[in-house]
Amino acid sequence: MKLRIKFSKKGPLRFIGHLDIMRYFQKAIRRSDIDIAYSTGFSPHQIMSFAAPLGVGVESEGEYFDIEANSVTTAEDMIARLNAEMAEGMTITGMRILPDNAKNAMASVKAASYRLNWKEGYSPEYSLSKAVSEFLSKEEVLYTKQTAKSVIERNLKEAVYELKAADERTVYMLVDASSAGNVKPGAVIECLAGFYGKTYDANAIQVTREDTFTDAPNGEGFISLGEVGENF
Amino acid sequence: MRQLALSDEILMKIEKPARYIGHEINSIVKDRNAVDVRFCMCFPDVYEIGMSHLGIQILYDMFNSFEDTWCERVYSPWPDLDAIMREEKIPLFALESQEPVKNMDFLGITLQYEMCYTNILQILDLAGIPFINEERTWEDPIVIGGGPCAYNPEPIAPFFDLFYIGEGETQYRALLDLYKKDRAAGVSRDEFLRHATNIPGIYAPACYEVSYDEQGIISEFKPKYADVPAKVRKEVETNLSDTYYPVKPVIPFIKSTQDRLVLEIQRGCTRGCRFCQAGQLYRPIRERDVEVLKQYAKELIENTGHEEISLSSLSSSDYSQLEELLLFLIDECSKKKINISLPSLRIDAFSLDIMSKIQDVKKTSLTFAPEAGTQRMRNVINKGLTEEVILDGAKLAFEGGWNKVKLYFMLGLPLETDEDIAGIGALCNEIAKVYYETVPKEKRNGRVQITASTSFFIPKPFTPFQWAPMNSQADFREKAYKTRQGIISQLNQKSIKYNWHDTDVSVLEGVFARGDRRIAKVILDAYKSGCVFDAWNEYFHYDKWLEAFDKNGLSIEFYNERERSTDEILPWDFIDIGVTKAFLKREWERAQKGEVTPNCKEKCQGCGAAVYGSGKFCFE
Repeated sequence: MKLRIKFSKKGPLRFIGHLDIMRYFQKAIRRSDIDIAYSTGFSPHQIMSFAAPLGVGVESEGEYFDIEANSVTTAEDMIARLNAEMAEGMTITGMRILPDNAKNAMASVKAASYRLNWKEGYSPEYSLSKAVSEFLSKEEVLYTKQTAKSVIERNLKEAVYELKAADERTVYMLVDASSAGNVKPGAVIECLAGFYGKTYDANAIQVTREDTFTDAPNGEGFISLGEVGENF
Repeated sequence: MRQLALSDEILMKIEKPARYIGHEINSIVKDRNAVDVRFCMCFPDVYEIGMSHLGIQILYDMFNSFEDTWCERVYSPWPDLDAIMREEKIPLFALESQEPVKNMDFLGITLQYEMCYTNILQILDLAGIPFINEERTWEDPIVIGGGPCAYNPEPIAPFFDLFYIGEGETQYRALLDLYKKDRAAGVSRDEFLRHATNIPGIYAPACYEVSYDEQGIISEFKPKYADVPAKVRKEVETNLSDTYYPVKPVIPFIKSTQDRLVLEIQRGCTRGCRFCQAGQLYRPIRERDVEVLKQYAKELIENTGHEEISLSSLSSSDYSQLEELLLFLIDECSKKKINISLPSLRIDAFSLDIMSKIQDVKKTSLTFAPEAGTQRMRNVINKGLTEEVILDGAKLAFEGGWNKVKLYFMLGLPLETDEDIAGIGALCNEIAKVYYETVPKEKRNGRVQITASTSFFIPKPFTPFQWAPMNSQADFREKAYKTRQGIISQLNQKSIKYNWHDTDVSVLEGVFARGDRRIAKVILDAYKSGCVFDAWNEYFHYDKWLEAFDKNGLSIEFYNERERSTDEILPWDFIDIGVTKAFLKREWERAQKGEVTPNCKEKCQGCGAAVYGSGKFCFE
């Protein structure tokens, strides 16, 4: 059966990259004796799919990965067993059984919510609330990204579903996180700063992913990846 | 959560920040106020290399099992972080506490290869510890070295307060106790170092003086004080089945170079290859009990979740319970979907059967280490591997479906002739011939792939070849060229690939291996002119090294190319490894006559290591 596991990643562990986090969980699952299924072949590997890769330096309260399990006990027991194997800063916060026809975590991802906080000693050089209002009032906010091969232009108004300033140093946003249209939260801040001729200083802001979302079954809006499936 | 020593800005800017943040699974954090001794263990190379080393994990486990001690780790900051630390004046810090290394009581540095010597200076420099032992105060940790290169510590002697000669399991407790006692009594740092020399295996270089004759050869090497012993005897853990073993090793977040569990099955070797330093240093042979190893394997798997396990020893085929251990591992690991990475085993029916059970025959290659191209040369080096054994093994393997073979050779061995070099190509050709004769056309999975690699022979201390001259770079290049010519003249040359090593690094390694105390100045000057990470091609600057030799009036030729007289006082003569100089001399003479010395298992050769009274074959 398919299980979806939710975890948070904080503190020093935010400096561990995505591939290493995958390896970290493979080992943690072995240590905690979760009855995971393996692929067949000469070098069997655990059947596991991660939702959306998290950038190095970003914290998260809503990360997900799916595994195929041969047997389960209770979510409570399995969460406790995994948590006993976590490094400081990493916590398993949920586990559900997915319906057999559920799309895997990676293919499910459509949106992600982020909280961005200016760190101590830094503050935006403009009014955050005004910048957010300006963003919301515009028809179009073009963001250009230089990649190795070409220049990509994107209207962020189509990719930012929600944006609000909680106070003058905290902003919250819900953005496109699908594989085709993923938007980095820094891109939004870059545009906000750009309204006032300022630049975006990645070092000034702590980004926290609050949750990861997929399309709601009724086709209206999103639901959290953690709401798919059943408790057990 | 512990505060990190590096800011977010720095961590986001450098390559692989996970090298510096600690917090790994099974790493140990203690209450700094509840311990008496802070020990920082250093592997002077980048994190991924250092984390692959079993020895540090053994000592880390041992130190942390002492209630009064907290042992942490530090590795060489990569040049990107090194530059930032210098610019922003960030002191070198230990991974666990993220506190400066300078605040520790001990800084232990493992010396696994000679080319890490400038990295030792980088560590001291970034930590803010004076380079030279005599300039240090109680404000500085006691800097102690250990590991294989400590068997000739002289080229780096001035950088260390102490060296621990031998296996770490036995005397560190005594050293820490002495430290606590002496600190409580308020003795001077120099006095403490002098007291430490009375602990077996401990060498304090500043307590000895060396004089040289007009040629530069050592004329006298003696303790400065009456209470300091003239000889330092290597320490040996006599019971490997009842000692420390890190069954909860630290698991790095990033992939280390050897990303697998390690089961050390035995120490020592009975083969007596004359070029091999480890084969002499780690005598007598000692096995770990197979039941103990099975238990370790189970616990290691449970405690780490690693997906691969490997065996470690100098010659795993010689472990008496190998079959039992491997069958157990195959069973245990298949249940848990864990790969077994086999060490290079002697190729025979048994090992091929095991390999075919756990490896994909099509992907893996077989390894032979004939080390020399002719039987005459193999007799000189006492490598008991005959052409017949190699060809029989290859035949069996080809029948089993393998078609990749790796062969290792050395160039520049003592008494080597052109015929021996030509023999390398000829042997490769014979193996290819066996393939085409053994495997019918329709069953061939492409051409047989033979890879021959040569390294340049470097004479090492405590081997029968410690007196032998080493080849010059010009000799080495010419020999590599001749080897290549020898290979391309073969009928099956299209099936043979040839690799050889760089010569510059080998030449320096030669000097560091057999050098004396005067070399320390060369190392310090080279470091000051920018040499660091010399084991890494992209950072190796041979020209700067040559300048450093010139500046100090020392010549590479003196250390490498001269044949030493057996009467000469060698820089490492003050160390007693059990194996006697008389035995090594006898072996050097036998080598010159091309005489083979049998494996200790067949007949005791009276090397002297039996003095440790523990070796299985020394005793039987």
